Amino acid sequence: MKRFFGFVKKEFLHIFRDPRTLVILFGIPAAQILLFGFVVSMDVKDAGVAILDLSRDETTQKISDKICSSGFFKKTQDLLTYDDIERVLRKNRTKAVFVFENDFGNRLISEGKANLIIIADGSEPNTTTLITNYATAIIADFNRELAGTAATQNLLVQSEVRMFYNPSLEGHFMFIPGIITLIMVLICALMTSITITREKEVGTMEVLLVSPLKPVQIILGKVAPYFLLSFIDIVVILILSFLVFDLPVKGSLLLLLAECMLYILMSLSLGILISIVSKTMQQAIFASFIGLMLPTILLSGFIFPIENMPVGYDWFSALLPPRYFIVIIKNIMIKGTGFLYVWKETLILIIFTLVFLGVGIKKFKIRLQ
Amino acid sequence: MTGHTVISVRNLMKKFGSFVANDNLNFEVYQGEIFGFLGANGAGKTTAVRILTGLSEPTSGEVIVAGFNAKKQPEQVKRNIGYMCQKFSLYEDLTMKENITLYGGIYGLKKRLIRERTDLLLDRLNFREYADRLISALPLGLRQKLAFSVALLHDPKIVFLDEPTGGVDPITRRQFWELIYEAAGRGITVFVTTHYMDEAEYCDRISIMSEGKIVAIDTPANLKQQYHARSVEEVFVKIARPGNN
Amino acid sequence: MRTVFYLIRKEFIQIFRDKVIGKAIFGVPVVQLLLLVPAVTFEIKNIDVCIIDRDLTTESRGLVNRLEGSTFFRVIRSTSSEEEANNLMHSGKCDLVLQIPSDFGKETGTWHPSRLMVSVNAINASTAQLSWAYLNGVIREYNTDIITGNIGGQPFNPVPQIQVTNRYWYNELLNYKYFMLPGILAILVTAIGFLLAGLNLVKEKETGTIEQINVTPVKRYQFIAAKMIPFLIIGLIDLAIGLLLGKLFFNIPFEGSAGLLFLASTIFLVGILGFALLISTISSTQQQFMFVAFFCMVIFILMSGIFTPFDSMPVWAQKIDMINPVVYLIRINRMVMLKGSAFADVSREMYALAALSVVFTALAVNRYRKTA
Repeated sequence: MKRFFGFVKKEFLHIFRDPRTLVILFGIPAAQILLFGFVVSMDVKDAGVAILDLSRDETTQKISDKICSSGFFKKTQDLLTYDDIERVLRKNRTKAVFVFENDFGNRLISEGKANLIIIADGSEPNTTTLITNYATAIIADFNRELAGTAATQNLLVQSEVRMFYNPSLEGHFMFIPGIITLIMVLICALMTSITITREKEVGTMEVLLVSPLKPVQIILGKVAPYFLLSFIDIVVILILSFLVFDLPVKGSLLLLLAECMLYILMSLSLGILISIVSKTMQQAIFASFIGLMLPTILLSGFIFPIENMPVGYDWFSALLPPRYFIVIIKNIMIKGTGFLYVWKETLILIIFTLVFLGVGIKKFKIRLQ
Repeated sequence: MTGHTVISVRNLMKKFGSFVANDNLNFEVYQGEIFGFLGANGAGKTTAVRILTGLSEPTSGEVIVAGFNAKKQPEQVKRNIGYMCQKFSLYEDLTMKENITLYGGIYGLKKRLIRERTDLLLDRLNFREYADRLISALPLGLRQKLAFSVALLHDPKIVFLDEPTGGVDPITRRQFWELIYEAAGRGITVFVTTHYMDEAEYCDRISIMSEGKIVAIDTPANLKQQYHARSVEEVFVKIARPGNN
Repeated sequence: MRTVFYLIRKEFIQIFRDKVIGKAIFGVPVVQLLLLVPAVTFEIKNIDVCIIDRDLTTESRGLVNRLEGSTFFRVIRSTSSEEEANNLMHSGKCDLVLQIPSDFGKETGTWHPSRLMVSVNAINASTAQLSWAYLNGVIREYNTDIITGNIGGQPFNPVPQIQVTNRYWYNELLNYKYFMLPGILAILVTAIGFLLAGLNLVKEKETGTIEQINVTPVKRYQFIAAKMIPFLIIGLIDLAIGLLLGKLFFNIPFEGSAGLLFLASTIFLVGILGFALLISTISSTQQQFMFVAFFCMVIFILMSGIFTPFDSMPVWAQKIDMINPVVYLIRINRMVMLKGSAFADVSREMYALAALSVVFTALAVNRYRKTA
């Protein structure tokens, strides 16, 4: 036991002695959370739109004004003919063109309906969907006004909406937990994936091999300092999220911290496993960074909800530990639920951790043979 | 021992901040000689060698190597010298042949010449069977000999060897020095640093560095006589011990 | 130039000597591309709804039927317990709760119709808004029925309404894959090239092999070029493979000029690799490089406009993003492949890429010192 603590102490000093590494290890996650909290967003602001008004009457003018003063859209130009549309969309500054059919105002009154065609640039589907949604909402509003002048207004069923968990519709609530999940898994796996391969490359593996420490002790000893570091990291991140982004912790703080510790442990274990199996640092970094990054961003439910994925993807996603942590962190922080709602995910994370550590230790023992 | 001067060092100073690594060095090296640059670890030998080879800039002083000013024309210096550094620096994940081909090509040797030299090298040193093995799989002694040979590949006028025999067994060391003699015999000036005092006996002239200064420079024989010592090691001990000067 | 050739040769030998990396360079993009592209979509399918119908009349059932008939919604539960509905939302089993008050049927078509209560899981704000908008669409259709007299008592004059038709050009079906594939491909190629080139250079510093090079007549630009060109070639091959896969498996359109795309990709790769090498020149260990590279790359990637729109970023972030080569490549890719844009349309992006590439590479060459 004493030897073990001595080993752990040596590993600690090794890391904390290098100020540059410390700056990097603390600075990076914090800086990234701050940056992405402000940057990663799906709000549409000042999207460029062009108007092709084939009618040019009071009504179309009113609608155009409403669209352009909404804050979502910014008029790039008025078009004259249908042919202009292609030209202007290709330039990429304009994302959508509103086409009012001719005689718009009159048709509205005499026939009871008039056509507005929104031609959107479909090459950037995520922006486009948002744009058409906003446009539809604005027109719906206009329609309501129209209906309001009609006698039928009071007949229409109305609805009242409560936006649960996020009444102010902050984009952050969706993204920041996801960013935390992504950054922590990447940093932790990276950190530990380098440690053992570094010993292999520099040549100090032999020292480890002849040491009287048991393989379990060596591995845990290597994980320990990074565990402390990562935990401090995540606490800093949570504080920053709370201060800067008003991200609440509606549920139990203790539970949250415990789950964070579990997640960190899992990520570090994954890194260690990669480290043991890789022969060079290049391989280790490849596996931990490139292997984890895109799958985590895309499949863990961070940006793209899992429910919307094709059949079978649920299974792929199930293999990704970050997917479970996102659920846990959103539940505890934003929904404010207790352990009962996250016990399944917690259990799965525990299993992952044990598997990573177990396989890692086994492979390490084989190396030692 | 007099030939023309190939290395000329005047008032060389090298400071790292306030730490003086090389303190007012003055010496000359003549063509064709084996010049031993001795001193304890940390005396400043490697720093000086790195300046002589154009890898590092002197803080002040004039250094002329192979006819070029090491501070102002380091790239010209590099064209005319070979270097074997302390830390083994050939590519471990390349084979012997691949390393040789690479450096031959870098120094501008034509393909046929590279092939000839490679064959010569492999045969002379009995490396044939190792030719296609990765460097990382070779024993230390072989690696050192290879590094030395690569340093000579392009027929440089001067070759700098920084602690070339570190960690090698005595027999391999002896073999290595045979290679050095061979090179010197071909007219190549060999500038070798070492902290093995017994290797000093193999040199034509030696200098002894201590704490950044050159405290002695002469032939081994003269120095032994001067300090009434039986070996260069004794000379060193007498000189380098503080209070003995 | 022969020098560069020999150096490049050595680089290739070293890259492929590590069999694992050699296979991963081409294998990983293929696998991740095939695996990840189908997953990305913002389309909302099956918003899970829990209904609390306190009315249970023909009218309320009519509304629920409309909901069930909509492609967007999936009614998973009908209950009378608000607590149960809330639990379902808490546990993530439903995203929307629609509460129909007990006087719904009676008051429909009268002058004081009742109000529906809707609760939406708003953690994902944009999905929530979309769900709400879709629900309103269903309600609007229900309202239309009231107005045209299908429900309730007297027929009335039709209310003038603006009909909106949405049409999408260049990607009529709003196929997200067309957009995501080039993006994911670009990210993979960026990450792979960045890491390999950068680690490579730092490793030479760590092991000391760079000293041996520094003492030869090799010129700085030759050394940097040799560190770049192999990874440039590998990157271009990866891009080509990826686009081919895109065509074969996902039917990605290719409206514009392949040559233009190739040119843009080359300039892009030079920029990315130049940046990586620049970071290498200021790092002394692979570990240091790794962390700085991690920082920069994650920023480049998350701010690239692939996952979240570029225009959604605050203005100050957009300005910072001007030095992010990935942004320009994504834009050029998208415009050339999906819209068939010509050089004139993407000239701004091309010039920006070129400028970045020149600057990064020049800095890298400059910072690399053969004499300390």
